[in-house]
Amino acid sequence: MATAARRKELFSYPKTNYLNHTKGFASWAFTLDHKRIGIMYLIGVTSALFLAGIFALVLRTHLWTSDSGMLTDAQYNQMFTLHGAIMVFAFIIPSIPAALGNFVLPMMLGAKDVAFPRLNLASFYLWIIGTSCLLGAILLGKGLDTGWTFYTPYSIETDTGVIYATLGAFVLGFSSIFTGLNFLVTINTMRAPGQTWFKLPLFLWSLYATSIIQVLATPVLGITLLMLIAEKTMHIGIFDPKYGGDPVLFQHFFWFYSHPAVYIMILPAMGVISDLISVYSQKKIFGYSFIAFSSVAIALLGFLVWGHHMFTSGQSIVVTIIFSAITFTVAIPSAVKVFNWLATMYKGSISLATPMCYALSFIFLFGIGGLTGLFLGALSTDIHLHDTYFVVAHFHFVMVGGTLTALLGGVFHWWPKMFGRMYNDNMGRLGCLLVFSGFNLTFFPQFVMGARGMPRRYASYDPEFEVFHQWSTIGAFILGLGILISAVTLIYAALYGPKCGSNPFKAASMEWQSSSPPDFHNFIHKPLMNDPYNFDSQVYDADLDTYIHREFADPGSIPEKSPQPQHS
Amino acid sequence: MNPNFLLPLAKFNDHLNAEYVQEHSGSDLFWESSYWFPEQASAFAEKVDFLYMAIFWISTVFFALIVGVMVYFIIKYRRKNGVIAPQPSTSHNTAIEILWSVLPSIILVWMFYYGAEGFFDMRVATDDAEEIQVTARKWNWQFTYPNGDVSDELHLVRNVPVKLVMRSDDVLHSLFVSAFRQKVDIVPGRYTYAYIVPTEEGKFRLACTEYCGDEHSRMRTLCQVHKTEAERKSSTEWIRTPGKPWLTGERLYKINCSGCHKVDGTAATGPALNLIWDKQGGEILVDGSAVPVDRNYIRESILYPNAKIVQGYGPVSQMNSFDGKFSDQQIDDIIWYLRFLKDPAKFENFDATTEGAAESGEDGDTAPADAEAEPALEVPAAEPAATEEEH
Repeated sequence: MATAARRKELFSYPKTNYLNHTKGFASWAFTLDHKRIGIMYLIGVTSALFLAGIFALVLRTHLWTSDSGMLTDAQYNQMFTLHGAIMVFAFIIPSIPAALGNFVLPMMLGAKDVAFPRLNLASFYLWIIGTSCLLGAILLGKGLDTGWTFYTPYSIETDTGVIYATLGAFVLGFSSIFTGLNFLVTINTMRAPGQTWFKLPLFLWSLYATSIIQVLATPVLGITLLMLIAEKTMHIGIFDPKYGGDPVLFQHFFWFYSHPAVYIMILPAMGVISDLISVYSQKKIFGYSFIAFSSVAIALLGFLVWGHHMFTSGQSIVVTIIFSAITFTVAIPSAVKVFNWLATMYKGSISLATPMCYALSFIFLFGIGGLTGLFLGALSTDIHLHDTYFVVAHFHFVMVGGTLTALLGGVFHWWPKMFGRMYNDNMGRLGCLLVFSGFNLTFFPQFVMGARGMPRRYASYDPEFEVFHQWSTIGAFILGLGILISAVTLIYAALYGPKCGSNPFKAASMEWQSSSPPDFHNFIHKPLMNDPYNFDSQVYDADLDTYIHREFADPGSIPEKSPQPQHS
Repeated sequence: MNPNFLLPLAKFNDHLNAEYVQEHSGSDLFWESSYWFPEQASAFAEKVDFLYMAIFWISTVFFALIVGVMVYFIIKYRRKNGVIAPQPSTSHNTAIEILWSVLPSIILVWMFYYGAEGFFDMRVATDDAEEIQVTARKWNWQFTYPNGDVSDELHLVRNVPVKLVMRSDDVLHSLFVSAFRQKVDIVPGRYTYAYIVPTEEGKFRLACTEYCGDEHSRMRTLCQVHKTEAERKSSTEWIRTPGKPWLTGERLYKINCSGCHKVDGTAATGPALNLIWDKQGGEILVDGSAVPVDRNYIRESILYPNAKIVQGYGPVSQMNSFDGKFSDQQIDDIIWYLRFLKDPAKFENFDATTEGAAESGEDGDTAPADAEAEPALEVPAAEPAATEEEH
């Protein structure tokens, strides 16, 4: 129990916080504070999202008619390449771990910072350098037209900026390794006293699994890209058949990283969703250990399925069948998570706040994304669907419907923690509705097109597919509008939103025990080790209009009912 | 070596647009497979579609359950009057967890099995398949038929199994005929194979599905399935070629290989070449293992003679590497010659029938006089021999 004055000091909007305790450009550029680095990462990846999103809209506009001529074939190829490369390397991979993870991970452990704050800042600078190299391919090279996969021997032959771009991806790889390493060490060594592995929020389990992949798989990408550069500049004869190399070997190397990378993208999203579903249902997560271990299982199995990107590549029949079999095993842990999320909602107190709307959208979209993976894991159907729009739709349902949706949900969930101000929930929900409906309209027609035989990466196509492309283009603009509305809602809230207390959503994980926004040191008191899913531990405080830990509350004034804060 | 004689056709696919565009003639009802797919024109298409629809229905049921339960919970357990009041319930139940892990697994095993079985059908050749050579290059297709005829569209005969022997002149390509549900990548530096038994007559889309540069999306052509061999012969616009590939191969052999490799069955510095193609039990190597004599083996032996050494000719090969000396096209021609050696009668027979067809051809375009009017066509045949002589 604490006095009312102490409660106010700890949990109301603080005058000095991590945002304003020092000022000036240098105080951000050289900060070692994980929260500031997280915010800078968030700004960075969002810029990448908008840039690559504009490329996507240009592509969709070009595809309005079957041979529109808006872009030349070569320009179209550059557009889809940059869309893919920037989205994958500069946006999705760092998005949830480096932006949200950086901000909340140490606080969820009750820690002051990550284990290696300098490495953390270095990671961000590498992100900037890597992304600049990718952009350098446009500005200094002749663009980039290999597709984000850099398949040889085309990438060796083309005179576009392959070397800039691969260097960019290489550097971004190190940025990713630094973050992963930092998180592994932080979670291993800096947990609060009494915080055992099974008292970690599930978000941290998923970040841990993600970090294992980042540390183990990314070096292979680095090696592969360096070999590609060596092949391109010195013709050493690894990948180019002209010099005795094997182009399929490149595909093996590339997917040995890039398939696990798919799980770098989706695992943190699953972690965010686990926590959102639990908080907004106010129910202890169902089957904690099954969800936790399914993250680890996905991370490990994810290393063994890369060959399923190569079913048509001419790899041996036996290898292909083995990869198909292992691919199906990944379906189980993913399904287990979905069932557990639903069971968590059972008998809950479900709030349709913006983050929960995104979490529910995630279940819907990831459900489609995951289930359509079955068509692609099964061999005979994959042969038909491979490299068609069916695949494009499938991975967008997972990457955008999954990761982007979870990112938005997570950002809306932790935004009040980051800035101490509340957004307009109705605007948030409107954004979510537009994102959800625009997304479905964009990508659902692509399943039909793909099954009917529309190949991907086509600048012009048969007129019979035109109607599907037009639905898809309309959807893309709605999706873009939704993201724009969400961004405006959030930025407006950060500047002018009503101040909210430390814990407006009655969440129980430790980061909510700090003030909003947090102090530079995260906590000005010793945070209380707490089961992250024990929502009874949080009680309403009428003075502060927020939730605080029971131990800080005045036992006499705990209300019988738990009302929702008003944020006035 | 760039086959220049095809260059005037580089933009040929534009005129095809009108022809190969077939409006999707399938169902408007998404629960029927003809809604999702082009027509079934190959032997294994039906199995592919069946598996697709099976997964479709299984997924639909699961998805409906997930979303149904989700919506039901949202309505039933929504937060009322702004008061947070969850009801007590368990947060763990091992039995139910194991149940919903194991039950879907059983369905997945079936999907895997059925998919792998269907895949086998697509990847394993029938013995009597007609071999058609596919050469993919930016951004064109070239199809060479067993008798040496060449076309830029793929022409098949209904119910005649084909084995497509595919190679690329430049980068990765992939051959996709959606009506056949068949797709195989074409990898430079090796041969890949695709097997098809066309079961329906008609014109179908043939597309490149592996990104190959600027005009990737224009690398589309037509695959036409004819009723009979005779109809294919007469109704196809063949591209005139300067000579039969196995004769070109023979020339290359005589200039480059005949010193060490005989074709009368006698062993010399190297093994005799008339007996090796498709040899029963494969070629026995110095380490006692057997290797099937197929295109990739021949190619490797020409380019890297020390990679696999035949028993009795070791321990080190006496042969020079032809890496950088033979073009992919020339290796092709030599393989044609090896196949010719295996069964000369069959190929001589082709010679006779093609000439017969050409003479009886009523199409003005194929008249011999017309061919002579374009002397450029004869250059590639002479050229390889000439360059080899220079060496």
